[in-house]
Amino acid sequence: MIAAFRIPGAGRLKQAETARFSFDGQSYSGVEGDTLASALLANGVHLVGRSFKYHRPRGFLSAGAEEPNALVEIKRDSARKTPNVRATVQELYDGLTAQSQNRWPSLSFDVGAVNDIASPLFSAGFYYKTFMWPKAAWKKFYEPKIRAAAGLGVAPDQPDPDHYSARFAHCDVLVLGGGAAGIAAALAAAETGVRVILADEQADFGGSLRFESGARIEGQDGFAWAQAAVAKLKGMDNVRVLSRTTAFGYYAQNFVGLVERVSDHLQNPGRELPRERLWQVRAKRVVLATGAIERHMVFADNDRPGIMLASAARTYLNHYGVAVGRNIGVYTANDSAYAAAIDLKKAGVGVAAIVDLRDNPTGPVIDEARALGIEVNFGRAVIRAGGKLRVSSMTVQPKNGGGERTIPVDAILMSAGWTPSVHLFSQSRGKVAFNDETKRFVPGTYVQDCVSVGACNGTDGLSATIDEAYAAGAKAAKDAGASTVKGTKPKVDASESWSRGMLGAAPGAGPGTTVKAFVDFQNDVTAKDIRQAVHEGMHSIEHVKRFTTNGMATDQGKTSNMHGLAIAAETLGKPIPQVGLTTFRAPYTPVTFGSIVGHARGPLFDATRKTAIHPWAEAQGAVFEDVGQWKRAWYFPKAGEDMHAAVDRECVTVRKTAGLFDASTLGKIEVVGPDAAKFMELLYTNPWEKLEPGRCRYGIMLREDGFIYDDGVVGRLAPDRFHVTTTTGGAPRVMNHMEDYLQTEFPHLNVWLTSITEQWAVIAVQGPKSRDIIAPLVEGIDMSDEALPHMSVREGRICGVPTRLFRMSFTGERGFEVNVPADYGQAVWEALWAEGQKLGACAYGTESMHVLRAEKGYIIVGQDTDGTVTPNDAGLDWAVGKKKTDFVGIRGMARPDLVAKGRKQLVGLKTKDPKVVLEEGAQIVADPKQAIPMTMIGHVTSSYWSQNCGRSIALALVAGGRDRMGETLYVPMPDGTIEVEITGMVFFDEKGERLNG
Amino acid sequence: MLLIRCPYCEEERPELEFRNAGEAHIARSANMAGESDDDFEKFFFIRSNPKGIIYERWRHMHGCARFFNAVRDTVTDKFIMTYKAGEPKPAKLPGASK
Ligand SMILES: [Zn+2]
Repeated sequence: MIAAFRIPGAGRLKQAETARFSFDGQSYSGVEGDTLASALLANGVHLVGRSFKYHRPRGFLSAGAEEPNALVEIKRDSARKTPNVRATVQELYDGLTAQSQNRWPSLSFDVGAVNDIASPLFSAGFYYKTFMWPKAAWKKFYEPKIRAAAGLGVAPDQPDPDHYSARFAHCDVLVLGGGAAGIAAALAAAETGVRVILADEQADFGGSLRFESGARIEGQDGFAWAQAAVAKLKGMDNVRVLSRTTAFGYYAQNFVGLVERVSDHLQNPGRELPRERLWQVRAKRVVLATGAIERHMVFADNDRPGIMLASAARTYLNHYGVAVGRNIGVYTANDSAYAAAIDLKKAGVGVAAIVDLRDNPTGPVIDEARALGIEVNFGRAVIRAGGKLRVSSMTVQPKNGGGERTIPVDAILMSAGWTPSVHLFSQSRGKVAFNDETKRFVPGTYVQDCVSVGACNGTDGLSATIDEAYAAGAKAAKDAGASTVKGTKPKVDASESWSRGMLGAAPGAGPGTTVKAFVDFQNDVTAKDIRQAVHEGMHSIEHVKRFTTNGMATDQGKTSNMHGLAIAAETLGKPIPQVGLTTFRAPYTPVTFGSIVGHARGPLFDATRKTAIHPWAEAQGAVFEDVGQWKRAWYFPKAGEDMHAAVDRECVTVRKTAGLFDASTLGKIEVVGPDAAKFMELLYTNPWEKLEPGRCRYGIMLREDGFIYDDGVVGRLAPDRFHVTTTTGGAPRVMNHMEDYLQTEFPHLNVWLTSITEQWAVIAVQGPKSRDIIAPLVEGIDMSDEALPHMSVREGRICGVPTRLFRMSFTGERGFEVNVPADYGQAVWEALWAEGQKLGACAYGTESMHVLRAEKGYIIVGQDTDGTVTPNDAGLDWAVGKKKTDFVGIRGMARPDLVAKGRKQLVGLKTKDPKVVLEEGAQIVADPKQAIPMTMIGHVTSSYWSQNCGRSIALALVAGGRDRMGETLYVPMPDGTIEVEITGMVFFDEKGERLNG
Repeated sequence: MLLIRCPYCEEERPELEFRNAGEAHIARSANMAGESDDDFEKFFFIRSNPKGIIYERWRHMHGCARFFNAVRDTVTDKFIMTYKAGEPKPAKLPGASK
């Protein structure tokens, strides 16, 4: 069955191919190729939404991306709910389910509409004025209430199940906009052979040729020509044609962001299809062919459903075969609305009257309208519209006052003229210029390698547009490097052309205080609001914009900016260019988070790094923690163990027998070359020249400001070769820091730096039985204490593979770190594990590693230091080469504040109650009875339960800490104050005998 | 996203490959330990932060990994030129009108 307002034979859709859909629970039938808007209009539905602030009934204003009113929620399933979809852009598919927004309980009866009656409360700037006092109430009361009452759609409450893809592309000529101008430019560029991308936001190319029934190009209907031309472009290897693709942002150096809507128009998009695709295109030249947008007339109640742009009504008729009413009124200050009236009249739709604000316009369209018997009134204004849920009449009056006459209508078509779409040009940082004669802003000064053509450049008429666009396309191709120019310019046989129009408020817009003549439909801004803003002292258009919120809705003022500006200028008594245009910002139309995020979510959000030994730990049931991008085994619980039990057992076992620990994530850098030792001298505080090959040293790296940057054990493998270790998290920045100094400060040094973190797996074997575990597997290394003392390194073989075997300890026990090529990491680990099992060793994770090192007072850079700690603060003065004349940080370290008394120093803390474990980060005070806010003299940096010590242990940074040994200090917590005693940092084996135990 | 010309690779590459490394032409003293407090302050803390032309260091992190110098306009974000580390400040900038 054909819908009531579908006109048989009209439009371009195959009216036999129907699609079922529902809106607010009601079922309708549409036609394949419809938008949701055209399908609803075919069924006579105009009322589709409630406005943002006043909850006024709203219908369709437009037939395109500029739509401010017809925002709906499209629901595919419980997770796929998309709010604020413009019904004029959403293509229909069979089974589409849409709902109106911002109304309760229903669209036709909306309680929130009381705001319309109470509207004096909601005048311009009302948010700023009404809710300023009391200040605290804003957060607690006003803001939540306002957020609940205002707003449009509701955000989905489930994770987005769709996926999004992303592409980078390069081309010679990027053409944005696929109307007559864009197609002509693309043809000219493509025929030279250069790489061209042509993009348009619509499903079909053609732009305004969709409704311009009078256009004929190359002997055919303009729209048909567009389809043929695009088909030709699609067939060319050097051309990429993107439909349903919106260029939303124009960035530096001709970098343009586009979103392609891949599957929102499909009934059952397969899982293999992304919902959207983000294109990031770098173009040598950009051709902007973004067209123009028709403006509405500003008069009282111009927002009633059924009142729309003339070009929209024409599009619904000429493309979709839909009449937007049966008895139509026209209100215009511009010729183009006549064409709409003529097309509708010819299609058999009643046209009640044309009301033209102009005094005595002449032209062929006016003659034609009259010849068709349409009543035409000059010098008159529509001063208000009747009806509520649907327009029912228009009241006409001579524009300078006089008798009123009310004409019944069921739709009003408006045209105040056309605004060139300079959004992308403006985003490219180009400066617009005001053409006083045509009253429009057009591209003025260009900043990037782009050119505007056609309506967005203020060029009128199809012939002139195609001439300009074709020439610009060819020139862009030539500028981008094309040598051959061939092809011929499309020939225009017939075209439409119309003159200017008006800006600002029409006579029906006031000056009363209760008249609602809308300028910005989406943000409910009226002519009165803008005048009021000026009267209240907003003299800059940027202030007017923010005070009234004109142009700040998701449609970015596509229909409202120029009217708003003109009203402000008139009220200020200044010419428009002196008031200025607000800046256009990306995105041109709303962009989903999904398209920006693309693949970067879930497991693909960031790289996950796993060590060679990871699978073994996983099989053992290890619990992992994230350390940067690394997954590290945190602890290895046995059946029935919680974290504390597991860590207690691991810590005790290491000190009693031995433990294996995967230390592969440690950063490792090889410093090689004749000047390697000289370089190390400059990058670390320690002396290196005299370190014997085969020996290790704990190194401290500072920044130039004298603060600790990183630390680690360094082994000298040969006179010209150091194996440097860094903290796990510090590896990349230490490498960058070293490269920086080597390349730019010490380029005279003959040194090479190589990251070897990924190349070597590291297995720490720690504990009194560690040597017994390793020795049976090692070849070519004398493992005796004499041959391999603490802090030494040897190269040899283990399990038949090469090893760099370090004798070192981060537990205070006899210990080793076995480096093997990463590919052998797990095999060597398993061999060591088998040996360890024989002796009762355990595997331990990062938590036990932390406890064990804290028992010995070994610091962790980044935990016990925070970027403001010097070696002296950390008690590491011994590691600073006193005789050295230079190293990075040597001067910074000597700054007055860094050597002053009373600096925070690292110390140990013991709670008076040994069972109480302090919270890391807890603040420390000297006097717990002092008034709040208390003077905090330090904070806890590390704190653990130590099963080996039978009590809690902690490290802390405390002002003048080393002079406070034995002092009692206090840690105030929400549930009571904890007494602590300052101690040394070593809690276990103070003499260090166990290193050789 | 900006395009930056690496003077070592001799190619314009996307900004994603690069990392800024602060102001350029701030030489580290050969006698660092002997610097006065004032001189150290100038060297370490004081940066010009101009509105307009800035000389700064960049690293072609995900390319050749070399540090180099660049001249950039902080108003337009435009890279005016790049040159190798160790080369002097260019006496004349291409396209500079003043
Ligand atoms: Zn490079």
